[in-house]
Amino acid sequence: MSQSAVVSRRAGKNYLNVETSVKSWLLTRDHKRIGLMFLVLNVGALFVGGVFALLLRFEHLSPGPTIMDAITYNRMFTLHGVVMVWLFMIPAIPSAFGNFLVPLMIGAEDVAFPRLNLASVYLYVAGALIALWGMFHGGADTGWTFYTPYSSMTPTKVVPILIGVFIIGFSTIVTGINFIVTIHTLRAKGLTWMRMPLFVWAIYGTSIIQVLATPVLGLVLLLIALEHSLGLGIFDAARGGDPVLFQHLFWFYSHPAVYIMVLPAMGVVSEVIACFARKNPFGYKAIAYSSLGIAFVGFFTWGHHMFVSGQSTFDAGAFAVLSMLVGVFTAIKVFNWVATLYKGSIQFRTPFAYICGFLYFIVFGGMTGVAVATVSLDVHWHDTYFVVAHFHFIMVGATLMAFLAALHYWFPKMFGKMYNEGWGLVSAVLIILGFNATFIPQFWLGNFGMPRRYYNYPERFQWLHVASTAGSTLLFFGFMIILIYLFIALRFGRRAEWNPWGSRGFEWRTATPPPTHNFDQAPVFTHGPHEYHEPHEVDLA
Amino acid sequence: MNEFLRRLLFLPEQASSVAPGIDHLHYFVIITTMLMSAVVGWTALGFFIRFRRRSEIETTPRIEPGWKFETLAVGLPLIFFLAWFWMGFHAYIRLATPPPNSMEVYVMAKQWMWKFSYPGGPNAISTLHVPARRPVKLLMTSRDVIHSFFVPSFRIKQDVLPGRYTQTWFEAVEPGRYQILCAEFCGTDHSNMRGEVVAMRPEDFDTWLNEQRRGLTNRQDMAASAQEPVPPLTDMVEQGRRLAVAFACVKCHTIDGSPHIGPTWLDLYHRQERLANGDTVEVDEGYITESMMDPRAKVVAGFNPVMPTFQGRLDGPDTAAIVEYIKSLRSERINPTPSGGPAYEPIRGR
Repeated sequence: MSQSAVVSRRAGKNYLNVETSVKSWLLTRDHKRIGLMFLVLNVGALFVGGVFALLLRFEHLSPGPTIMDAITYNRMFTLHGVVMVWLFMIPAIPSAFGNFLVPLMIGAEDVAFPRLNLASVYLYVAGALIALWGMFHGGADTGWTFYTPYSSMTPTKVVPILIGVFIIGFSTIVTGINFIVTIHTLRAKGLTWMRMPLFVWAIYGTSIIQVLATPVLGLVLLLIALEHSLGLGIFDAARGGDPVLFQHLFWFYSHPAVYIMVLPAMGVVSEVIACFARKNPFGYKAIAYSSLGIAFVGFFTWGHHMFVSGQSTFDAGAFAVLSMLVGVFTAIKVFNWVATLYKGSIQFRTPFAYICGFLYFIVFGGMTGVAVATVSLDVHWHDTYFVVAHFHFIMVGATLMAFLAALHYWFPKMFGKMYNEGWGLVSAVLIILGFNATFIPQFWLGNFGMPRRYYNYPERFQWLHVASTAGSTLLFFGFMIILIYLFIALRFGRRAEWNPWGSRGFEWRTATPPPTHNFDQAPVFTHGPHEYHEPHEVDLA
Repeated sequence: MNEFLRRLLFLPEQASSVAPGIDHLHYFVIITTMLMSAVVGWTALGFFIRFRRRSEIETTPRIEPGWKFETLAVGLPLIFFLAWFWMGFHAYIRLATPPPNSMEVYVMAKQWMWKFSYPGGPNAISTLHVPARRPVKLLMTSRDVIHSFFVPSFRIKQDVLPGRYTQTWFEAVEPGRYQILCAEFCGTDHSNMRGEVVAMRPEDFDTWLNEQRRGLTNRQDMAASAQEPVPPLTDMVEQGRRLAVAFACVKCHTIDGSPHIGPTWLDLYHRQERLANGDTVEVDEGYITESMMDPRAKVVAGFNPVMPTFQGRLDGPDTAAIVEYIKSLRSERINPTPSGGPAYEPIRGR
């Protein structure tokens, strides 16, 4: 086959060791190095956000003051949200794995705009530094949602954090544009749309949302910054403004943002599940089109965050029924993933353990999502821990599982090293159990009537909070184990084979780790991805 | 069964007329979703075991879904989801529509307390007294940021916005005490912005209301659970005075008895006024409130009907504060031995 000819399996110079100076990293235009830098930055953000989360959980061991005062608590949950949403969840898979993999998967040398790609790293770093500076100098206490009029009246300093997030938004937009153009123009010969790997489809859908929705976030953040510092009055009822307008604008971005987080995760799952079931994805077109379906319908469901905000009853009904459609698209994907396993040849490895976790979180989290979209039930659940638990299941749980699956699945591709499989499975089990132990009590807390963002809470809620905190420590240990064995793998790990999983994914056609320009000669594609029913051409070569 | 599921799901008591219906839908949705999730989960688990890799050179067949599978995958969830939507939306419309015979209470939220005003009657802080078995409609607004009125036992929640009224309603089925929580983050003391609904037997409520109206009980109920010390009456008067200036009431109504565009407020309370249509009316809280909201309904004889309506501009508590201010404007002539101490003297001087 023509593809096999381009594979250089010899361990020669690869993108990691071709140049090793600091300057060569800081000024690189190599999409793989940029992806790797994003990966390191994102893991750092995950760590910071995770420490915030753990401190919040410890604060809740008892009602009233435990380890911090009310204003510190309020700042900390804001920072937890800001760091996790904008510094980890949104860039995690698209910017790190998307950058690394999309050009490899479509047979391109690099992304369409490599310099812009490098700029997106610096925008991210600049935004993160400004936001971090703001966190240590006054730190906002508004919640990551920045609801007006509180955000325009708060005595804390919200402006640096708003500016930081505004700049990070540009990093997202730049990445999105880059992927859209890359996927449209740089596909190798023979790679038609219906032959694209499902991960590329998911990144394509994500990029569309990023480009369309993020400007609205930028606009709304600037408006609050002006409102807070100059008293603009657009959201101020006393001057004819409307505080609910803010919520509409904010959720017009932030609801699609959920799909910025979860669509790439779905793409990862489609790839990994096919590889470990050694089988073509059942319903390739259904999975690909439902990504676009979610990207589209996701723009018309924002009002389900506002069922008790004072929007009209009709609006609530319209947004509720549209939200149900997202559930249908997600269900299509889930059915297709499960059906992929049918008559497969399933190998249970660490990435696949996370896929099991992903399926669990997307199914149960998704079902609680349909429950909160049931309007009358949401009236009780809105702004309680039920919603907190719901979105941590579906958005965080699912995305995190996919992120960890991707990290373990592509770790050999990225670094050419293997990690310890036993520890991989141990930490996967710890993380999945810990996640459940943290958030299942929170579903009950929400039913019980515990509102979110409560520093002090009525005593009847205490034992469930203690259970949740216990679970979060388990989660923390799981992450620490991963960090340790991956560092050990980087330093002392045995060298990875060229294609350790026997994957047919297009990214494995080049050497492991790939050379700087990915392919020795331009690849030609003659069939779709994941065609496991045919003998592996590369193996035959 | 209801009780078992309620406890299993940690739901609070069902203290309002709508709560059992909402909980039944809750049970239905949770049970069906959990069953469906379990079916998907067990199917996947079955596949893991049945189709585990037995040899390294195993190959798999290529399988594509047929139209039957695709229709089922779209149709089945869609039918369930739409059914839940329909049931939920029905109940939501009921939650959003107060019955026409509801008793009305004005609610004003501010950082970080709830204030309840009964039209033409008393105010209370943090404690909302209501009759059981009678629908109560809450007309809510906020003085500062967004708050959210949440009574878990009633399964109701409604955001409270500045510059705008939102409403919700409930009917407590049994006398009892039910916690009010603020559910929208509103600042440092958000988690302490709590209150209580005290549902009383209807006859007890009537007694309580009458006592409050006469000002006899001195608002003991506030003192019980208020987060802040109960503001003394003069503070409400002070607030009313400021509002009267802010809304330009005093441009037409004098407070020293001199004639002007509108009737003077001095000694207005309990005055017998002759109306343009020949009737007489005793000026009480109800008449003052009505005159603010619908000024042309009962115009005092000899005055032109030029007053604008303050409907929508003054909320319940503000209205009550202005009423209190008017009530406080007494002269020695009518009330030679004032019971209120020297409070009236400074008022005349202001």
